[in-house]
Amino acid sequence: MIAVTHKSVSLGGRTVLHDVSFAARDGELVALCGPNGAGKSTLLRALAGLLPGTVPQDPRRVAWLPQGARSAWGLTVGQVATLGRIPHRDRADAAITKALEVCGIVGLRAARVDRISGGEARRAMLARAFATEPDVFLLDEPTADLDPAASHAIMRLLRATADDGRTVVVVLHALDLALRYAHRVVVLAGGRVTADLPAADALPAAAAAFGLQFGPDPEPRLLPPG
Amino acid sequence: MIRQLALLLAVLLAVSLFIGDGTLAMPDALILWQVRLPRTLLGALVGGGLGLSGAVLQGALRNPLADPGLLGITGTAGLGAVIAFYWGVSQHFSPALPAAGLLGAGIGAAFLLGFAGRAPSGPSLILAGVAVSAIAASLLALALTLAPNPFALTEITFWLMGGLADRPLWQVAMVAVPILLGCAILLRLGTGIDALSLGEDTALSLGVPVARTLQLAAAGTALAVGAGAAVAGSIGFVGLVVPHLLRPWLGERPGALLPPAPLAGAALLLVADMLVRLAPLALPLSAAPPIGVLTALIGAPFLVVIAHRAAP
Repeated sequence: MIAVTHKSVSLGGRTVLHDVSFAARDGELVALCGPNGAGKSTLLRALAGLLPGTVPQDPRRVAWLPQGARSAWGLTVGQVATLGRIPHRDRADAAITKALEVCGIVGLRAARVDRISGGEARRAMLARAFATEPDVFLLDEPTADLDPAASHAIMRLLRATADDGRTVVVVLHALDLALRYAHRVVVLAGGRVTADLPAADALPAAAAAFGLQFGPDPEPRLLPPG
Repeated sequence: MIRQLALLLAVLLAVSLFIGDGTLAMPDALILWQVRLPRTLLGALVGGGLGLSGAVLQGALRNPLADPGLLGITGTAGLGAVIAFYWGVSQHFSPALPAAGLLGAGIGAAFLLGFAGRAPSGPSLILAGVAVSAIAASLLALALTLAPNPFALTEITFWLMGGLADRPLWQVAMVAVPILLGCAILLRLGTGIDALSLGEDTALSLGVPVARTLQLAAAGTALAVGAGAAVAGSIGFVGLVVPHLLRPWLGERPGALLPPAPLAGAALLLVADMLVRLAPLALPLSAAPPIGVLTALIGAPFLVVIAHRAAP
C-alpha cells in the first residue's frame, strides 16, 4: 500500500503535478501511462518520498528504480544487486541470489555492468530493487532498452510479484504491456490524473492521452499514394 | 591485497630509514631520530591521507578525475603557511608555520562547507571547492607580489612546491592527530559511496544520508589533506593516481578501495621521496628535486597506461 493525497509539485517554477491523489493497494500492479512531461516520474518520486516536502519512505519497505538508472563505476552485477541490501545493513546472499534468479541474470553475477548489453544492465538495476525484498516497488520504465521477449518476461515477473501480495507501481510507455499485465491503468496528462480504470477498460482513455485515435476511423480514406 | 600492501609499506618504511640525501648507509642515532624518522613518518602520513581522500572523493563525486586538491584545502593551508612566512613570524617562532597552515586548512574547510550549503550535492561541493581554490590562489599571488624581500619570496616558493625534508618530529606529531582523525572519518564512508555509484537520488532511496556523507567526505579530506599540506606543502597527483592504481586489482566498487588506499598512498609517497633523495646520486643535480615534481613525473605516465588498459 502506498499513496499520496492532494499532492501538488512545482519544479523550477513550473507546476508538474496539480492536486494529484493516488493510491495503490497490496497485491496490485498499477501502470502509470501518459505522454512525455505528464508528471509520471514526478508522481513516482513523490510516492518514494524523494521530493522536497514529501516524507521519506522506509527504504526497507519501498524500492525505487529511476528512469535510465546506471552505475558510475564498473561494478559487477552481483555488486549492484548487493547495494539493494544497504537498507537492511546486511549482504544476505539468499536475497541477492534470488533477486538475480528472478531477473534472469544469475549467470552474469561476476560480469561488469558496463561490459554487458543495455538490457542486461537494466535487469541488474531491477535485481537491485528485488534484493531489498520490499513491500512496494516503484519502477520507472523498467522495460526500456529491453527487446519484446525480455519486456514480457519482466512484466510477467512484476505481475507475479503483485499477485504475491506486493504493491507494484510502474511507469510504462508501452501501452500494450500496460493493458496486458496491469490490474489498473492510471493515465496522467498535464500533471493531472485523467483516467483511473481497470486495465481492460483503459485503452480509449490511454489512447486519448497520447492524442491517438481509438475506434472506427470517422473519415475512411484510401491508403496514401505510394 | 591489504596484507601485501601492509608488508610493502613496512619494507618501504624500513628502507627509507637507510637512505639519506645522496647516500645509502645506516645513519647514526642522531640522524636516524632527528632526520630520517620524521621524514619517513611524515611521508607515510601525508601519502596515506592523500591516497584515502582521493579514493573517497572519486567515489563520492562519481568522478575518476577528482583529486583532494579540488576542494581547495591544500591551497588555504599553503596560504596560511605563506602568511606566517610573510610576516616573518615563522623565523622567530617555529611552530607558527605549521600552526598557521592548520589554521588556513580549518578556515578553508569552514568556507568550503559553508559555500556548499546545508544540503550539498556533488556539483555544489565541487563548485564550493573551485571557489575556495580560486580565493586561496589569488590571495597567495597577492602575498607573493607583496613579499617583503627576495629571500622570503624564494623561501615561500620552495615551500609551496612541497617537501618532506627537515621537518622535526614534533611537527610530524602535531599533524599526525588530524590526519589520523580525518582518515578515521573517511574510512567509515564506504557504504555511502557504494550507494552513490547509482546516483544521489537512488542513494537517498536506499536510506543513505547523502548530504551528510558528502559533508563528512569534505571534512575528512580537510583534516587528512589540509594537515598534511600545513607541514609538507602542496604535493599533487598522489590522491588522483592511487585509486586508479588499485582498481585493476580490486575492481571498481568505490568502498572496496578505501581500506587499501591509505597504504598505497603512503607507499607511493615513500617511493617518490626515496627517489628524491637518491636522484643526486644518479643524475647531475645540484640539489634534490621537490617531491611534487617526482609524484607527477611518476604518476602521469602510470595514469595514461592504466587509462589505456581500462578502455573497453
